[in-house]
Amino acid sequence: MEALLAISIGVLVAAAVYLMLARHVLRFIFGLVLISNAANLTIFTAGRLTEGMPPLIELGQVAPDPGVANALPQALVLTAIVIGFGLFAFALILMFRAYTTLGTLDSDEMRIAEPREDDA
Amino acid sequence: MSSIILRVGTRYLAGLLIIFSLYMLLRGHNEPGGGFIGGLIGATAFVLYAIGCSTKEAREALRVQPQNIAMAGLGIALLAGIAAALFGDALFTGQWLFIGASETDKFDKGLPLSTVLIFDIGVYLVVFGSIIALVFAMEEEI
Amino acid sequence: MTTSDTTDAPRGNGVTGLVPIAVAASLFAYFCTFLPVIAAGDVARLVWEWVPSLSISLSFYVDGLSLTFALLISGIGTLVLLYANSYLAGHPQFGRFALFLTSFMLAMLGLVLADNLIALFVFWELTTITSYLLIGFGHETTKGRRSALQALFVTGAGALVLLAGLILLGFTAGTFELSEINKMGPELKSHALYLPILILILAGAFTKSAQFPFHFWLPNAMAAPTPVSAFLHSATMVKAGVYLMARVYPAFSGTEVWIWTLTIAGGFTAVFASILALRQTDLKQTLAYTTLMALGTLTMMLGQSGGYAMTAFVTFLITHSLYKASLFLMIGCVDHGTGTREADILGGLARAMPVTAFAAALAALSMAGLPPFVGFIAKELAYAGSLEAPSSTTLMAAASLAANALMFAVAGVVAFKPFWRPTGGEMPHKPHEAGGAMLLGPVLLAVLGLVFGLMPGLIQGALINPTVVGFMGETADPKTLKLWAGFNVPLYLSLATFAIGLVLYIGHGPLRAFLTRADAAAPNFDRGWDSFLNGLKAFASWQTRIIQPGVLRYYIFATFAVVLIALGGTLILKDAIPGAPDLEGITWKNVALMVLMISGALLTTVTDSRITAMAGLGVVGMGVAVIFIVFAAPDVAITQLLVETLVVVLVAVALLRLPSLKMTGHFAFRPLDALLSAGVGLVVTLILLAVLATPIDRRLTDYFEVTSWPEAFGRNVVNVILVDFRALDTFGEIAVVVIAALSAYALLRTTDKGPARGIPEADEK
Repeated sequence: MEALLAISIGVLVAAAVYLMLARHVLRFIFGLVLISNAANLTIFTAGRLTEGMPPLIELGQVAPDPGVANALPQALVLTAIVIGFGLFAFALILMFRAYTTLGTLDSDEMRIAEPREDDA
Repeated sequence: MSSIILRVGTRYLAGLLIIFSLYMLLRGHNEPGGGFIGGLIGATAFVLYAIGCSTKEAREALRVQPQNIAMAGLGIALLAGIAAALFGDALFTGQWLFIGASETDKFDKGLPLSTVLIFDIGVYLVVFGSIIALVFAMEEEI
Repeated sequence: MTTSDTTDAPRGNGVTGLVPIAVAASLFAYFCTFLPVIAAGDVARLVWEWVPSLSISLSFYVDGLSLTFALLISGIGTLVLLYANSYLAGHPQFGRFALFLTSFMLAMLGLVLADNLIALFVFWELTTITSYLLIGFGHETTKGRRSALQALFVTGAGALVLLAGLILLGFTAGTFELSEINKMGPELKSHALYLPILILILAGAFTKSAQFPFHFWLPNAMAAPTPVSAFLHSATMVKAGVYLMARVYPAFSGTEVWIWTLTIAGGFTAVFASILALRQTDLKQTLAYTTLMALGTLTMMLGQSGGYAMTAFVTFLITHSLYKASLFLMIGCVDHGTGTREADILGGLARAMPVTAFAAALAALSMAGLPPFVGFIAKELAYAGSLEAPSSTTLMAAASLAANALMFAVAGVVAFKPFWRPTGGEMPHKPHEAGGAMLLGPVLLAVLGLVFGLMPGLIQGALINPTVVGFMGETADPKTLKLWAGFNVPLYLSLATFAIGLVLYIGHGPLRAFLTRADAAAPNFDRGWDSFLNGLKAFASWQTRIIQPGVLRYYIFATFAVVLIALGGTLILKDAIPGAPDLEGITWKNVALMVLMISGALLTTVTDSRITAMAGLGVVGMGVAVIFIVFAAPDVAITQLLVETLVVVLVAVALLRLPSLKMTGHFAFRPLDALLSAGVGLVVTLILLAVLATPIDRRLTDYFEVTSWPEAFGRNVVNVILVDFRALDTFGEIAVVVIAALSAYALLRTTDKGPARGIPEADEK
């Protein structure tokens, strides 16, 4: 299953990169969401997959049963999801503000900081 | 968005969600849950309230500015971490107090209170406040 | 105290003027306490650990050489600060000036006392920066700014080269302490890296000490206020390079490269600078060029290895600092009293400014090398040093003779003619004498030149002998400083110097006209500097246009291309490409889930509808959540589901008010981008497969699992990791969440709203 997931992650990354290379900023943000999902899955998969045994300690025991899922990548991914959401929200609002201020969603036209040579 | 069913429904649903989020927060140390999940559920409650009724009503119901809640949460988490230094441990070392713990049964810890729980409450407030601040601002400004 | 009767009565500088003077004077007194120790042949060393892991320590080392410099710096510093307190009395920025000058003095003291190479470099850079601020003190003028920048660039670039040399030296020698390195002379000289290190260090020293061809910044630096020129450009900063060469002398000197490089560069600079000095009409510029001459002479002496040359080096170092600082301060008095520094205008000042004239005369006689001044002794020793040189006797003697004769003439132009010729031209002010505080410095320094000449024993035992011993080791034979050494070749050379110098002085008018014409025809380093800078700027803007076209897509493309090449290249080079993946145990359920996710991603990629794209993303997000559920990550799955919900909410609020994804003609298939994307995706898959093919290291997880309940009292291992084991990380992460939320909130709330540039689509071409 890990191998299948690895291939799927590759496809997600490819789609994300293609979206991020678009001129339309909205597509860029879609790419951002995709790539953060792919990154989370990568971390999760690299910690190996275990079906059906969450890393919980049963009441009355001092350690989890042998063979439970790897808890460490889960902890990393959990915070990564929340931070990814924060980043997404910030990017979305930044884009929205850029749109209302610059009047375009075409990243080629957003040139306040680095104006074209003939404008400069 | 002004459906009367939605308006009435969300009031109860939001309240239930808040209670559920606190439940998720408190059980988080032993069962699935915790500050992140609880905060997200709590935020969902107010987001639902803002969508169902209005952002203005949701703000009034919240009483406090959401970004202040987030900052307070960050401060609480920090204090919980610094508290360890008072007991001579490295920063962010959990400190525990077991009220009524059984002497004989090592699994009966009585009522466990800890800086770890306080830290998790800080996480809850940060996630809760941050997301509500974002969503409210977007609802109002866009 | 009256400083001037032509200007408004100046306000005093109060405590800002007095504190630096007190600091400098007490430092001078402190260093004087080292005199008996050093004279007895001992050295002193102080060490503080700084960055022990990199063997960088704050260690100070006092021997003859550093004490000589420290006394010159603090002593002249005291007098210069005293002078500046009157010269700039009531100047609105005096506080800043005093701060810069004092900082500079302290940095310079640190430089000459530092024993650690890195500490030395830090102080070296501090002098560069403080001198930049001092030269640019008159930052209102273009000239001041340009001169300051030029000095900063030239010496700063040299310092970078020097740093490379010092680090290389430290690693080669195995220690960063100069006192240790200097004991390793023979090993270093035969080391393969000797030549590179020497070249790098000399490059730093030559730029700092303005040796040809880096000489051009020093005369320009005269844009600084006169006390600065007196301090930086006579006694201290420019001598830092000379100091460095002297410091590493025991470790590096004596090789062919050392001898010839220093002799030729020093000799050429000395003669070249003396000729240019005669060409100037601004007295301060003239003195600037004579400083170059002195630096050249010092460099040339350091190239040698005999006792006379070494003794001459130290003697001339002290002599030059005394008379040059005195003359600079004297020029300041003249400028202050008459309003001009033009040699052609000034004249007949002896009557109006008798004390200044007295100081000038004494200093100039020392500079001209006449007996019984210490300058004479220094010159005699220098001639003796040239004659004892084994290989380049004629060259050195000729260079010294030419330079000294020209100095003689220049001394007349600077310090004799303005005061004693009958009348001059029309001066801006009626000449008047400067105040007592301003005269103290030049007079004291000039008188010291005479005192040391008459009683050379005062500096012989305490400073000169220990320094020479430091250079040459225990076998050193420091020569005795004496006014009368009998009828010998140096004496005849001195007499020849006076004769030629007198002729040059008498004929300096026509000579100057000739030199001006010749100079105009010769290549000008200063103008060359300008075209170099312009070329650099043009290159910078050219490459900025290439690298930073301002198009976001290109940046992202470049970023991912680097990812592709770096990761893919590593995979290929390490021969780590995994074999065919193991597809065993895959159920149709799993395949269906993957197909669903992939189609969601592809749908998002190809669609032009916002709703469809959102649906695609939702499918991917839910697919990911299902994976978390299936593979035993309940906490993560819940988080993912909640976040997915919130994403939909945010997007629903914002996205639908934005224009559609369609922009005519823009969204055709992009083959190049597709190729890159496919490449990046492939590399990610391959890396993940390669990772999966290696055994997993579960030590950390095992530790968390075992300690979760007994030590952290939690049965949900994931949550225990988050809030206890790795709580500091989590704290950082929630701080990021707060910052993201607050930034987004501020972005929405505070910027002005509404399209500033009209309606979007209408602007599209």
